Order: sequence, then structure tokens, then C-alpha cells
Amino acid sequence: MSLLTTMIMKRLLVSVLVLLVVSLLIFAATLLLPGDPARAILGQQATPERVAALTEQLGLDRPAWERYLSWLGGVLTGDLGFSAATQGPVSELLGGRIAASALLLVLTALISTPVALALGTWAATRRGTRTDSALSGASLVLAALPEFVIGVLLVILFATSVLQILPSVTIARPGEPVWARPEQLVLPVLTLALVVIPYVVRMTRATLSEALDAGFVEMARLKGLPERTVLVRHAVPHTIGPVAQVLALQLAWLAGGVVVVEFLFRYPGVGQALIDAVANRDVQVVQAITLIIAAFYVLVNLAADVAGILADPRIRHASGGGA
Amino acid sequence: MSAPAVPAGLLRRTFRRRQARIGAVLTLVVVAVALLGPVLGPLLTGYGVDDFAGRPFRPDGVAGTDDLGRDVLTRFLAGGGPVLLYALAATAIGIVGGAIAGMLAGYSAGDRTSRLDSLIMRGGDVLLSFPQLVLALLAVAVLGSSGWLLVLVIGITHIPRVARVARQATLSVAGQDYVLAARMYGVPRRRILATEVLPNITGPLMVELGLRLTYSIGYVASLSFLGLGVQPPAADWGLQINENRIALIVTPWGVLLPVLAIAVLTVGTNMITDALAKESADTTGEAPA
Repeated sequence: MSLLTTMIMKRLLVSVLVLLVVSLLIFAATLLLPGDPARAILGQQATPERVAALTEQLGLDRPAWERYLSWLGGVLTGDLGFSAATQGPVSELLGGRIAASALLLVLTALISTPVALALGTWAATRRGTRTDSALSGASLVLAALPEFVIGVLLVILFATSVLQILPSVTIARPGEPVWARPEQLVLPVLTLALVVIPYVVRMTRATLSEALDAGFVEMARLKGLPERTVLVRHAVPHTIGPVAQVLALQLAWLAGGVVVVEFLFRYPGVGQALIDAVANRDVQVVQAITLIIAAFYVLVNLAADVAGILADPRIRHASGGGA
Repeated sequence: MSAPAVPAGLLRRTFRRRQARIGAVLTLVVVAVALLGPVLGPLLTGYGVDDFAGRPFRPDGVAGTDDLGRDVLTRFLAGGGPVLLYALAATAIGIVGGAIAGMLAGYSAGDRTSRLDSLIMRGGDVLLSFPQLVLALLAVAVLGSSGWLLVLVIGITHIPRVARVARQATLSVAGQDYVLAARMYGVPRRRILATEVLPNITGPLMVELGLRLTYSIGYVASLSFLGLGVQPPAADWGLQINENRIALIVTPWGVLLPVLAIAVLTVGTNMITDALAKESADTTGEAPA
């Protein structure tokens, strides 16, 4: 097996192991929960017989490791458990919400990536100028702000006090898909984009600056190539690996940031369901959502590392040479 | 070989930068509001923190009334304490825990008989596979919300992130002659780490301190904003935003004051951190030249 495949396989195996431990951690956390889960589902008025029946039905009388295995088996086959708050299966509760949250993430990534890459490149080619320092100042300020602060400021600017051109919360009725009214997506996506962009701008600027100072770019310049060709053909390809990594990490970060933003805009996604479930202490829903978010997080981190491995010429050439 | 430049005076050189000084002023203004506000508020407005000043969401007084009819300005002035205290405590846990874990891992990395390094770093990987806020939410769901639980969870989730930096810094110090000499003299590991390694990795640790403090402020405020951090009837900036955001059009100050305070505070700490990072990078960059 080539070095490349070995490294990627190794990295994949680590991710699978981490996910297993994560699932164990999430399951173990719920064992700390005071009180009886069956009573939590049925409510305080339930008769002891019904509690006993549900306890048996849920298998709560079995040892913890057996319950862990059956929970894990359920998760892998799409059975995410039972929500005490909605009195229905968790998978039913989450179905449409996953699509709604995915829409936010995809739109944010589609908008922020080209903007951030362009701004980063622009700053790197104008290092030391006023444009550059204005950009890095702005990204320093934006990077410091918690996402809900950016969201609230945008609401004040565009939805309430200054201008009133956009809805400040999601206005779709329950059951109506969120994309039926695109205007309600603008502020959540803008908030997430403004949180993500500064990091990618800074990373792009840093890696591209490094590349522009490197010997091979100097060489290309000395050959007499126009600066534009030097930038596009020689410097930019050099930065693809690190920047792809940052992009993937930002996507992973969005998985957490989306929670606060969905709550702020009352957006019917997974994040808002998580907040509701935490407030109601609806444990099986919390378990399912934290596992979904952690799995997404692990997968995107995996993608980031694989991108890093693929972009590393030392590894690529080691395998290309048949080593 | 001489010892690497000990970043003595790192702070002094950092605060020669204009950016760091602006950051310090911003931070100090908010800290002053948070510390003096609880005393000044009742004197300025004539209302106590829990006093009812009038009907809810009325533009009475300087900044109006909140969702229960309490004076917004009084509660804003009183509400900076929790977020500062919790964020500082969470940062302290993260930095101390992360520095110890990272130094132990980095110091034992060269020792083939010790599995401490991989044990610490793989354990950290598990904690790193949750977004920090999501792990905090899991803890709140199971154990109920209390300020000190948040401090503990946020602090613990900082540890693997700080440990990575501390480990990397330790690796570059561990092979230096003065460490090897101390080792040869049989100085116990604990003392080598405390007296030889720690003083030489304070640069990266200071940068981490600033970064983690900025993030901690954000997380604590976010959780209170979600209604899962500081609980009513306490006065707290995050909670105040949550309580008053439905009346943003009528009485915007109930939201705007705490939002601006948190914004100015995090921007201030981040500006100092950025200056620290630049100064710290310059120091290590100059060392080999």
C-alpha cells in the first residue's frame, strides 16, 4: 500500500475510534442523570404500573452496557430514541430540522468561501498598505465578537431600530419549509458568514504571504512572468492545502455556532431543537443531537486532515514514486 | 548554545504597541463598569437591582424598563459581574490544566517507555470532537444549569486546546542543554517542568490566556443568552439580552447596552491578545538570527 493510502486509512481508523468513545461519553453522561427516565417520559401523574411497564419496554432494568449497545445499534439503524417532550420518536422530530440546518450551513459556506478567499488574497497582495491594515483590523474586531452579538447587532441594523427591511425572526409557519420565504434566511446566513469570514481571511492572507515570499515565487518573478501569472499559477496553488483545512474547520465550527444563531432567529433547525431539549431535559433528544453534531464535527475534521495529507507534496510524491 | 530568549518584558513590549493600548483601554472601561456599576447604579438611578420602576418595557428613566418593569440602566450596571467572574475562572482552569497536561505530554514525548504523551493527547482528541458550546449544553441537560458547572465545563473543554500549544512549546524546549543538564543532575520531573520548562513557554501560554479569555466571555454570555447560564432574577448581561430582546423595537437599550458591553470587552481582550501574539512571534523569530 502506498504511503498516501496508509496515512488516510490510519486517519480514518482514528476517527472511527474517536466516534465510538464519543458515543460512550454521551451515553455515560445520561447515567449521571438523577431520577427515573421512565417517570420523566410519563410525567409525575403516572401510575407505578405504567412506569414499571415502560421501564421494561425501554429495557431500563438491563445493565448499562447492554443498554449502551442497543442504543448504539438503534442509532446505526436510524432509531434515535423517544422524545419525552413530543411523545414521539426522535427521528421524526429531527427529520425536517436536519435539512433546515444543512441549508444554513451550505448557504453560509457558499457565500463566505469566495468572499473570504478573495479578501485574503487581496490583503496578501497589498501587504502593508492601508487596505491591508483596515481589513486585518476589521477581521480582528469581528473575530472577537460572539455570534449572538453579531446577530443582535444585525437585527438592530436591518430589522428593527435602524432599517426595517428584513424579518428579525423566522416567519415560516410550522410545517412550511424554511426556503419558502428566502428573506428570512438572510440574517442567519449573514451572521454565520460574518463569524466565519475573518478566520479564513487571516489564514489565506498568512499562507499566501508566506508563499509570495518563498523562493519559487521569486524565481517565477525573475523569469519575467507578469505578477498576475505569478500569483495565480505559482503562489495560489501552494496555499490550497492549508486553506482547505481552515475551510473544513470553519464548517466544523459552524456546527456549534448554528445552535446560538438558530435560537436567536427562532430558526427551526437542529440547534433550536437542542436548546429546547436541554431546557426540557429531554435526554434522548439531547443524546441524539449531540451525537449528530459530534459525528459531523469528526467527519469534517477528518476531511480537513485528509485535505492536508493530499496537499502535502512530500507525501504525494512519496506515493507517486511507488515508495 | 544559549538559552532561548526568556520573554521577560513581553508584556511591557506588547503594551508599547498602540493596538494593545487601545485594547487595554476598552477592556478596562468594561471592567470598571462591571466593578463599580453595582454601587453606582442605585445612586445614579435611585432604583435597586430588583426594584420595580414602573410598567414593563416603558421608556421611563434613562434607558427604560425591562420585561418585569425594572430599571434597565440599574440592571445593566449590576450585570457585568457574573460574566467576568465565570469567564476568568474558566480561563484559569483551562490554562492551568492545559499547561500541566501539555508540558507532561511534551516532556514525555521523547521517552519511548512512557505512554503518557499519547494517553494525554488521545484523551484530548475525544474532548476536541465536540464543539465547546455543545458539550456545555450536554452537561447542562444532565446536571442542570448552575454557574459553576459552566465554569467547569468551559474550563475543561479549554484544556486539550491549551495542551496542544503547551506541548508544542515544551517539545522545542525539552531538548535544550539546560533541560538536559537538569535531567542529568537528577532533578525531579516536577521541578524541571516548573523551573526550566514553564518559564520558557510563557510566551505561547500568554497568547493562549488571552484567546481563551475572549472565548470564555463569549461562551458564558452565550449560554446566559440561551437561558441556560445565569438564572433569573440575577442581573447579568447575557440574561438581560434574552429577557429584553422581544421588545427591541420599543426599548432597545435593554438589549443594546449589554450587547455593546460584551462586544467592547471581547474586542478589547482580542486586541491585546493579537498584539501579544505578534510580539511573541517576533521574539521567537529573532532568537535564531
